[in-house]
Amino acid sequence: MSKNVYVYAEQRDGVFQKVAYELIGKAKELAQDLDQKVVAVALGDKITHAAKELFSYGADQVIVVDHPTLLEYLTEPFTKAMYAVIKAKDPEIVLYGATAIGRDLAPRVSARVHTGLTADCTKLEIDAETKGLMMTRPAFGGNIMATIICPDYRPQMATVRPGVMKALEKDASQTGEVEVFDAGLSENDVNLKIREVVKETKKVADITEAKVLVSGGRGIGGAEGFAALKELADELGGEISSSRACVDAGWIIRDHQVGQTGKTVRPDAYIACGISGAIQHAAGMEDSELIIAINKNNTAPIFDIADVGIVGDVDVIVPKLTEALKKIKG
Amino acid sequence: MDYNLSKEHLLLQEMYRSFAENEVKPLAEEVDEEERFPVETVKKMARNGMMGIPFPKEYGGQGGDVLGYVMCVEELSKVCGTTGVIVSAHTSLCGAPIYENGTEEQKQKYLVPLAKGEKLGAFGLTEPGAGTDASGQQTKAVLEGDHYVLNGSKIFITNAGYADIFIILAMTDKSKGTRGISAFIVERDFPGFSVGKHEKKMGIKGSSTCELVMENCIVPKENLLGAEGKGFGIAMKTLDGGRIGIAAQALGLGEGAIDEVVKYTKERTQFGRRISQFQNTQFQLADMHTQMEAAKLLVYKAACKKEARQPYTKDAAMAKLFAAEAAMSVTTKAVQLFGGYGYTREYPVERMMRDAKITEIYEGTSEVQRMVISANLGVN
Amino acid sequence: MKNILVCVKQVPDTTEVKLDPKTGTLIRDGVPSIINPDDKAGIEIALQLKEKTGAKVTVLSMGPMQADIAMREALAMGCDEAVLLSGREFAGSDTWATSSAIAAAIKNLPYDLIIAGRQAIDGDTAQVGPQIAEHLNIPHISYVADANVEGDTLVVKRDFEDRYHMIEAKTPLLLTALGETTEPRYMSVGGIYDAYREKEVKVWSYEDVKDNVDPANLGLKGSPTRVKKSFTKPVKAAGVLHEDVSADEAVDLIISKLQEKYII
Repeated sequence: MSKNVYVYAEQRDGVFQKVAYELIGKAKELAQDLDQKVVAVALGDKITHAAKELFSYGADQVIVVDHPTLLEYLTEPFTKAMYAVIKAKDPEIVLYGATAIGRDLAPRVSARVHTGLTADCTKLEIDAETKGLMMTRPAFGGNIMATIICPDYRPQMATVRPGVMKALEKDASQTGEVEVFDAGLSENDVNLKIREVVKETKKVADITEAKVLVSGGRGIGGAEGFAALKELADELGGEISSSRACVDAGWIIRDHQVGQTGKTVRPDAYIACGISGAIQHAAGMEDSELIIAINKNNTAPIFDIADVGIVGDVDVIVPKLTEALKKIKG
Repeated sequence: MDYNLSKEHLLLQEMYRSFAENEVKPLAEEVDEEERFPVETVKKMARNGMMGIPFPKEYGGQGGDVLGYVMCVEELSKVCGTTGVIVSAHTSLCGAPIYENGTEEQKQKYLVPLAKGEKLGAFGLTEPGAGTDASGQQTKAVLEGDHYVLNGSKIFITNAGYADIFIILAMTDKSKGTRGISAFIVERDFPGFSVGKHEKKMGIKGSSTCELVMENCIVPKENLLGAEGKGFGIAMKTLDGGRIGIAAQALGLGEGAIDEVVKYTKERTQFGRRISQFQNTQFQLADMHTQMEAAKLLVYKAACKKEARQPYTKDAAMAKLFAAEAAMSVTTKAVQLFGGYGYTREYPVERMMRDAKITEIYEGTSEVQRMVISANLGVN
Repeated sequence: MKNILVCVKQVPDTTEVKLDPKTGTLIRDGVPSIINPDDKAGIEIALQLKEKTGAKVTVLSMGPMQADIAMREALAMGCDEAVLLSGREFAGSDTWATSSAIAAAIKNLPYDLIIAGRQAIDGDTAQVGPQIAEHLNIPHISYVADANVEGDTLVVKRDFEDRYHMIEAKTPLLLTALGETTEPRYMSVGGIYDAYREKEVKVWSYEDVKDNVDPANLGLKGSPTRVKKSFTKPVKAAGVLHEDVSADEAVDLIISKLQEKYII
């Protein structure tokens, strides 16, 4: 009888990723609804000691597969380890972060186990009647939402993007014994050779790819105005963009320009700060899913195309918004 | 009569549109403002097979048909009139006469690199004293042993500043009138050949339009294209084909202008409404669209008749006459529908209007087209 | 390297899909169908490897008959052969069933390297590529930014958010390609004429692959996951202008809107 909510606790360089804590936080709720436990599974090399902290984020049990072949992520040894744990423990649910690792590992594991996997879930709930996991995710390029179920196969598996779920407050008093699990790994499982690992800093953003844009116009007053917009953009996982006026004034480089002579963007959310919304600018962003505009002038044409228009002071509202968002994220 | 495009032409159209949108449109304003010949675009077009569409693969071409070629010029011209004419002049006015009249050696030596886009072509007929009256050729060609010596000048030659290969018309026997004109394949670095003054123009400003000067220019006798005295006939036939290309350029310019007007009028509000909701706008657009659709039918028909090796002179003349006048009318209306913004260079319609004007003039003015059409009706 | 298979999917261009403001449902009519962008990058990588090694490139897709045009596009880009797997038996498949069907088709074809796209813009799961590799019992590398040959070894650049790996691998191997790091070439004009005049799209049905797969793994019946319900996000109504609000009230308004639209 399958039991317990498992979380693949992703680590890189011996450091557990924030998404692991977030998933444990969510798993706690699901486990409660099922009257079961949360088990965190960590794969790595010499991570047994570090894995103890997973208790303090809410895991009831922690299983570790500790082996030199798991030092740097490679599909086969990680898949073999995860598969062994699943086969031995028969989990009800397994959650993975939808990262460049999770989105590689989870599908391979699901195929080896022969079970269902649902990707990039934004909502997870237990169905009160069936006790099955209901996994809600965006589909069709984000134009619709779908709720997926996996009624006949176990474990039910899902990947969840970082930043979607909420981690619990760290409670150092919560601790326990880490179970070290032997997955039968050996050098033979390393079927590809990692010649080089190159760690990188973030590259320059392409505003046409951003899901959220915080955009500045003449109303932000000067180049420094973009600092506050950048903070807000960071909180929302987005990028900053700009009207032509700011580019012409030398406050920001042309790469960020939206409009007739700049780029056309269609983000999920476009927050126009101090932008008048002249037709040349509107032409570049009016197909955005959600348009929020903040401007001192109540006759600014941007309000004709905004879903939410606020007549107010960008300098006051933007920092407050950033603070409020930080509080929500906890 | 099937008025639908075949699957392969639909896929070609998709490719041309994608290329025009991504590679040509972003440069169009700069090409016009800076009067810059877009060398990098020509390289990309060569790589994708757009510089030799209607020529057989054995001569470096793409093995395509006239319709596929014409659609390429149309789609390019929708976003940039300059880029459209570069392809048209190169293909119809230089590649085509060599393909249709050249010896096997000439085709291998000149058509292959032209079709591959490794070399750029141009056509030199027009002279200071010979425009619409092309028969008054002053450029002379005298045979001296194993070569001809050419003396004279040509003006308003498209692609001249960047072309490697030129088709040059010259008088080999003045006593025979038009039957004394011959055609030559001239390479840019032949001794005595130079490219002169670059014209500053109203439109298609990125197109390189220059004077050619031949001062005792030495042209090997193997470079005579067709027989001596057959040059005028070759030139007229070449222009027949070239007319379809220019008609396609005009077609594209008109269609491109309509696209811009539709987009703009759906955004612009005055008197509390989108201006697209005013009946004046709607009726104007209806007329403009109908004009260009009619032009398209004429252009595509001329292309298909040429492909089928049927007589197409009258069809080409009608296509060019109608499409050019339609393009001028449509682009002018487009500027009007944009209002003040349309007059500024921030929006592309004023450029399209400036570009459209030349289509009524070059490769045979509208007056010449009327002469050709009426001649074909037997009333001259 | 003698044979490269490229797996592609024809998808609706989801960036062009709009919601009907009256009914709140998706307007799928008139939405252009395209080759999935990540898959197109896969075709480009395959063609670059073809230029270096002389390998034959076969493009494979599972889809309805209208996917023919996507196959022609791939042929026009330079692929040598095309196979379209089509049939009612495959309808309603989740990623397990889709990957099972495609793996079954692949078993009929010679391959050294298989290239798929990382994810499709309609499903967005990124699961089918790795699952195909598992069914075929061959290694896979996903999130591939670049792939090159050095003798008989493939050297692959595998992207992560904060790093990349250079990996050496031997064939047989499956790669999933990233659309953002590889610029696919245009179809050539001659390639388009050839795609319709010289080349063909082979259409396979369930009959052609049934010996390679257990039918219990196909279609809706063979799918471990299923859709319980689907719904559109709230329709875009006319905008609201708030004129006499305090900064704090403004912040609350904005946040509740962001939550409503699943931005946060």
